[in-house]
Amino acid sequence: MTIPSDFYPNQSGGEEIFHGLRVAVTGGTSGLGLALVRELLSRGARVAFVARTRERVERVARENGGAHGVVGDVSSKEDIYPVALQVVGELGGLDVLVNNASDLGPVPLAMLSDTECEDLERAFATNVLGPFRLTKALMGALAASAREGRGAAVLNISSDAAFNPYPGWGAYGASKAALHHLSRIWGEEHAADGVRFLSLDPGDMDTPMHAAAVPDADPATLKRPEQAARELADAIAAALPRRTAPAVTPTAAQSYEGANL
Amino acid sequence: MIAAQQPVQRPPDARLLVVNAGRHIDHAPRASFARYLRPGDLVVANDAATLPASLAGHHAETGAAVEVRLAGRTSLRPEDVGRFSAVVFGAGDYRTRTEDRPAPPPLAAGDRLVLGPLGATIEQLLGHPRLVSLRFEGSPDEVWNGLARHGRPIQYAHVPAPLALWDVWTRIAGPPAAFEPPSAGFALDWRVLAEMRGRGAEFATITHAAGISSTGDEELDRLLPFDEPYRIPEATARAVRRAKSNGGRVVAVGTSVVRALEHAAAGDGLVRAGEGIATQRLGPSSRLRVVDAILSGTHEPGTSHYDLLRAFLDDATLRRATAELDARGYRTHEFGDSVLIERVRTGS
Repeated sequence: MTIPSDFYPNQSGGEEIFHGLRVAVTGGTSGLGLALVRELLSRGARVAFVARTRERVERVARENGGAHGVVGDVSSKEDIYPVALQVVGELGGLDVLVNNASDLGPVPLAMLSDTECEDLERAFATNVLGPFRLTKALMGALAASAREGRGAAVLNISSDAAFNPYPGWGAYGASKAALHHLSRIWGEEHAADGVRFLSLDPGDMDTPMHAAAVPDADPATLKRPEQAARELADAIAAALPRRTAPAVTPTAAQSYEGANL
Repeated sequence: MIAAQQPVQRPPDARLLVVNAGRHIDHAPRASFARYLRPGDLVVANDAATLPASLAGHHAETGAAVEVRLAGRTSLRPEDVGRFSAVVFGAGDYRTRTEDRPAPPPLAAGDRLVLGPLGATIEQLLGHPRLVSLRFEGSPDEVWNGLARHGRPIQYAHVPAPLALWDVWTRIAGPPAAFEPPSAGFALDWRVLAEMRGRGAEFATITHAAGISSTGDEELDRLLPFDEPYRIPEATARAVRRAKSNGGRVVAVGTSVVRALEHAAAGDGLVRAGEGIATQRLGPSSRLRVVDAILSGTHEPGTSHYDLLRAFLDDATLRRATAELDARGYRTHEFGDSVLIERVRTGS
């Protein structure tokens, strides 16, 4: 399932929305996350990205001037607050959180009854508990941004596997289904705080994760992560209030966007 | 009062002593705080997240073990994370009461401190052998990274278990700016904020770099609170004006909010948005121009926090409230119970 390239209306003033926007992206050193870091930077956002490997974080920070690299593992409870501290400290606040870091579960893919418990636990730790903890730790900063009229949004990267029972995708699909449902409930609970929740499927992309899942896929049939990053950035812009409008106290807004685009 | 020893922000049995504008004293579960609000009231809290401001390490010149407690900063800008004022202790940690902590080795300008992955140079002594200004080496990102990896929340001997950041960040914690938790905000969670909204009360925040509450040194403690930078968002300044013009009350969550709002209104009584540095000490002779009520922890007489409460009501009523807190076994310190005190309206 892919997002039609003309799905998102062009945002007039979209670039203005990104100017100075403070965004955090998890899993920011490869695949979709790296493409998002670059796309957001190119639109004028201030970006902090999180990834596990210090060398890769430092390299991506070096190659993408201005990006703030944070070393941390979102699946580790102990890492969450130190990550949140650095993200909000370095950016001076937070307007948008993108929970992108994901774990595929068993590689190669396995039927659920062949899936090791540890592989399922790791998928849920990365895809569900990590976003849960990080969003909770950063909710204060996000709500502060909303109160100040800047708007605030959390984008959770979903998948068509969250909705369709693809054999072999049990750990990944079930964890993404859980994340999607978290997004919906968060959206209901924080609508009045002015924090929007998006749960979006970027489509099948030519990324290291997809190569691990489907090694023999023809990359030519897959979406470029750069294309998905452009579409997701447009979706973020659409979820935020126009900067030109006078800042107002946030009111209950439609807080949840359908994932099944 | 009894020291609260467990690092639980919202124990189910947390209590609230309420003193209303008519000097009447009431007791309630703290979870029912929102019931004391009226439509049009504005609740203002400090959204500062708490820095891991306790840094263990050693003094390079002598090799002596030290604990550095970051205590002040001149600005809240994220890139201004290089310079701090700090209180330096000798060997040991929070498990020894601060007043029993050994002094650090003699410190001098130019001395170097090695604090885990962080290196810092003492710029100058600030009028006391244990109070220094220091500058961290490295870029702002490297300093944030060093603090995140090595720093621990400042804590005191009355809480035996080591604190993690999740113990000290309030639910509304945003910019990491506080040196100790703005603990009055422990009373708030998202459910309470929703209840406040349901009662027609507004919620706004300031960011205030709440400083350290005790140094273990009488001479230094007399200087508390140190100057504290704060930032008032435009939306908060507008909300204060709105509440004031609608006859709503401004309810400050914590002493740091009172300091910031009153400092920002020191000119003509109007709260202006922007950054400032709260330098004033509030006490019995202070005239509050903005804040009508305070939700705060319970405070012992003789502390700067207690003195600030004296700006809200007369000493006799405050003594009566303190006696009630003692008689009923209220818990004190950052994880303790709370008071809600409305400013006594004189002449009405």
